[in-house]
Amino acid sequence: MLVAAMLAVLTAATLMVVRALRGPTVFDRLVAANAVGNAAIIILALYGFLTERPEFLDIGLTYAMLNIIGTFAVLKFLRFGALGGTGEEEEA
Amino acid sequence: MPALVTHWLGGGLVLVGSVFMIIGAVGLLRMPDVFTRMHATAVSDTLGAGLILVGLMFISGLTLVTVKLFFLILFFGLTSPVATHAVARAALHAGVKPELGEGVEAEAISGEGPQSKP
Repeated sequence: MLVAAMLAVLTAATLMVVRALRGPTVFDRLVAANAVGNAAIIILALYGFLTERPEFLDIGLTYAMLNIIGTFAVLKFLRFGALGGTGEEEEA
Repeated sequence: MPALVTHWLGGGLVLVGSVFMIIGAVGLLRMPDVFTRMHATAVSDTLGAGLILVGLMFISGLTLVTVKLFFLILFFGLTSPVATHAVARAALHAGVKPELGEGVEAEAISGEGPQSKP
């Protein structure tokens, strides 16, 4: 069962990667990248259970945090053109 | 519950969740514009991931692993809507036009909501 589920999630991740490569706007790629990250977390959890090593879940938790931070970093960079500062101050 | 029952229940939940992951991925591939694609990823982020993780909870039994799985579900439930909202707002702000049906006013939808005006 776990093997079948892992193959299914791998297939889903492949379809998401196709959208990330195709996506006409950068936001399509961003949404697809976020989805691929979430699929990777699920694959990590399933692989950990498959090999009887649930410590993989810790890596999955870390990856969940990195995923959302990465999405927001890309969004902020798109809007303000830089990652430093709050974006509120104009150049004097 | 006996161990065999929880094992098969967990396996069934994992399989149903992986079906939802594929549904979300196909929607992401075939939907026509950014906003509908986001709507498709919500299926794989909430139902797919949630069902798979709950199934793994049933398989693992009541240990520390269950707590980690619970926190993963919590993270998915918190971050997925926030990221979707942020990307949708940024896309509207950047001028991506949503595909509208027949007879829907395009002026009613814009990046500047009523509460975002200074």
